[in-house]
Amino acid sequence: MPTQHIAPRRPGFMERERLQDLLDALRLLGYRTLGPVVDEDTIQWREVDAIDALPAGVQARQGAGEYRLEVQPDDRLFAWNHGPQAIKPLLFSAEERLWRERLMVDGQIEIKQTLPEVEPTAIFGVRACDLAALALQDRHFLSPQHPDPHYKIRREALFLIGIDCAFSAATCFCTSTGDGPSLGEGFDIGMAELDNGYLFWGGSAKGSEIIDRLSLKPATEAQLNNMIQGTDRAAAQQHRFLPGETELKQLYEKLNHEHWDEIGERCLSCGNCTAVCPTCFCYSTGYQRTLDGRSAEMKRQWDSCFSPTHSSMGHFMVRGETTLRYRQWLTHKLAGWQEQFGRSGCVGCGRCITWCPVGIDLTQAVAALLDGGLADA
Amino acid sequence: MNSTKPKLSVHKFSSCDGCQLALLNLGESLLELPKYVDITHFAEAGPNNPNAKVDVALVEGSISTPDDIERIKQVRENSAYLITIGACATTGGLQALANLADREAWMAAVYARPDTIETLSSSTSISEHVKVDLELHGCPVNSQQVIAALADLLAGVKPVSERQTLCMECKRNGVVCTMVTKGEPCMGPVTRAGCGALCPSLGRACYSCYGPAETVNDGALAQRLQSLGLTSEAVARRFLFITSGAPPFRDAGLRLRRPPLETDE
Amino acid sequence: MLDAHLPHSAVIDRRVQESPGIFSLRLQYVDTNVQDVFEFQPGQFNMLSLFGVGEVPISIVSDPDDSHFFDHTIRVAGRVTEALSRLQPGDRVGIRGPFGRGWPMAQAEGQDVVVVTGGLGCAPLVSVIRYLLRRRDRFGDIHILQGVKNEDDLIWRRQYELWSREQGVNVQLAADMPGKEWPWQQGLVTELINTLDLNLEKTISMLCGPELMMLAAIAQLRDLKLDDQRIWLSMERNMQCGFGQCGHCQVGPKFVCKDGPVFCYSEVADFLGAKGF
Repeated sequence: MPTQHIAPRRPGFMERERLQDLLDALRLLGYRTLGPVVDEDTIQWREVDAIDALPAGVQARQGAGEYRLEVQPDDRLFAWNHGPQAIKPLLFSAEERLWRERLMVDGQIEIKQTLPEVEPTAIFGVRACDLAALALQDRHFLSPQHPDPHYKIRREALFLIGIDCAFSAATCFCTSTGDGPSLGEGFDIGMAELDNGYLFWGGSAKGSEIIDRLSLKPATEAQLNNMIQGTDRAAAQQHRFLPGETELKQLYEKLNHEHWDEIGERCLSCGNCTAVCPTCFCYSTGYQRTLDGRSAEMKRQWDSCFSPTHSSMGHFMVRGETTLRYRQWLTHKLAGWQEQFGRSGCVGCGRCITWCPVGIDLTQAVAALLDGGLADA
Repeated sequence: MNSTKPKLSVHKFSSCDGCQLALLNLGESLLELPKYVDITHFAEAGPNNPNAKVDVALVEGSISTPDDIERIKQVRENSAYLITIGACATTGGLQALANLADREAWMAAVYARPDTIETLSSSTSISEHVKVDLELHGCPVNSQQVIAALADLLAGVKPVSERQTLCMECKRNGVVCTMVTKGEPCMGPVTRAGCGALCPSLGRACYSCYGPAETVNDGALAQRLQSLGLTSEAVARRFLFITSGAPPFRDAGLRLRRPPLETDE
Repeated sequence: MLDAHLPHSAVIDRRVQESPGIFSLRLQYVDTNVQDVFEFQPGQFNMLSLFGVGEVPISIVSDPDDSHFFDHTIRVAGRVTEALSRLQPGDRVGIRGPFGRGWPMAQAEGQDVVVVTGGLGCAPLVSVIRYLLRRRDRFGDIHILQGVKNEDDLIWRRQYELWSREQGVNVQLAADMPGKEWPWQQGLVTELINTLDLNLEKTISMLCGPELMMLAAIAQLRDLKLDDQRIWLSMERNMQCGFGQCGHCQVGPKFVCKDGPVFCYSEVADFLGAKGF
């Protein structure tokens, strides 16, 4: 993992036409470069070697249960907010083989860990919310006691180019969680898109070294102002919010609130919110064996607290009803995480709102659950 | 010479043979299978010995004729472990749509001499007639699931069932939601996973050929599909399609067709 | 601590059928270096894997000082335990572990210990009883209260009889449906708690069994004014990874596999018995 420290922003300016230089510099250093590309009607991380593959003028209009790309007559390459997935699938793989076993003729069982083969990967244009989520996933999967070897190997190969958000989607609420719209930490290179070019600054030693080599001119006052205008605009565009962490903790005191049932009536228990959530980490494990019975693989795959098997104890389910599953998800994410990880598990990206097939909005749920109940709590 | 290998049979009831075809399309695994089992009956592939006693029977198709009822009892009696494969065997299949229609009128419309047709008044799943040990869903069945179940049985272990929703399969496969990005009327949120998210990966809505997931909130999904522009009847038809015989879908579809109750203002 | 992410092969040294649905396996790591570094506390568990079938969390019941082997007592409850029940000496399983927090044995030193169990052979506490008896001089009086539904559900019946003959050991058993030959009480295990005369300043209680039974026992112990810090219990949830990563076993903010399975009552009081947790 790159050494992370909060570098003060001393950005250099780059004209829009020169962006290819950065891409080339990274590729020269041996990185596979992933960037935002329009695919399947969304913005997705895809390998890019030329800047013209990036989505010029594309904005992502997001609402509850809705995502539409719109093209504006604009040169901006990062006017979209985010796509259906953060960095999670690139590190915490949706399906992973953990180990392989072979039954030997003498009855011995050979067990071999299977680790992924990775190449150094640079990701272009990672949002502040997704970096905050990544920091949380790091805490979970790279705990000092049990660092996950599969996650670790991919994480160490990652180089991150973060970007300030200059626009917000209607589903964004990172200002209220404190995770955006401007970059905090956890990137190698920081970046802001201005009206007429880019600002770059180093976030790690490795990142600073690359920036230095590009010999950029120090940003002018006007350019710095333009950068701040961008994040200010993004912040001002947000109209959803979550209350502070102290209030969120009180969700545990609202376990019998009638609003849970109202959500239970709408919720499909499909698991989409957990799959797109950049911090959700649940997985299930299971064997696959070959017909000859001589070899088997242990695999893990994303699980969800909305799956019937998640709380299964064999003879009974702790959470058979959808209402209880939604309550588990929300109370864990917003309150339980605070004890487990020192902060709420929500970074304000709003994906769970956008990608919920029936548009359930967690900010509304929280407002309804905590409404009027704070005084007596 | 008598073989000690476990015996396997594949039986056909009222069906299109698609699930048997799915098995035939297995390729290498199918060629490997006879190393570990004796296939005593699989008419579509050759072996034809329907009355042999077997360790495992795979049953395709629904029960729709009086003869089917007798035959399935026989198959059950002859089999230590019975697996139903595909939407017909597990839910009654597409042909169960006739259960909800005027069957006599349909017969008269289709056949010149409907009186020569000997059929039951309904098409039903195998499990409505005999005990079924494992159900593998889909239209057609996912033959890899069949192989995985056989691998478990060969090892003397109960096979496991797929219990997640199709949405989870889409997300695992990196398939983008067609409902959210295009307003496609997708049945994925109430559908059992297992197909590999085939339709959504081609940008199409899921039409639930794997049948109901364990949790079916049909009311909430119907409301959403209606907000996408579908009439109540169009939504009903999405529930009443390939797996209309599955109780959660049958009930959901019929509810949508029933005129709404008048409420006191 | 051994690699939590990868099982080590272990061989079955001995298999004992304890009752029709319960069996014990004595295991030894195939690699003696692994066996040498394997250390655990009573109440901790291992993930047992059966080649190509599955993995299950099982409590370790042997004594931590018996360093050449370790024992698991397993109830047949599903496809994996059913398959495990067919294994014989010489067969192999995979082991990941040990995981979780065990019983507070250090805190229990010098204390009277009340052990309350219900249901079918509560293995996590049997390991405690054996531990206490083997180090008899380090602990005060030992009260063993065990409840079963049917008389036949009691495994290790002979052992209970042996334990009851030890000095300072009070064994009381209750069966909902006792047979003619049942020398102990009829009724619920929780009814036995009222009969105890506890020294509240020097007693620690350890509970294991169905949660409703533990809740009833906790209510009784609190009625007797035993401090919450002196009430400990072992919980069970869906555990797959064993070290707080896969997310299934969470009860509120606790990971049962990592923060438990043994909890002090005060740690889980808010969620114990609450629907959905």
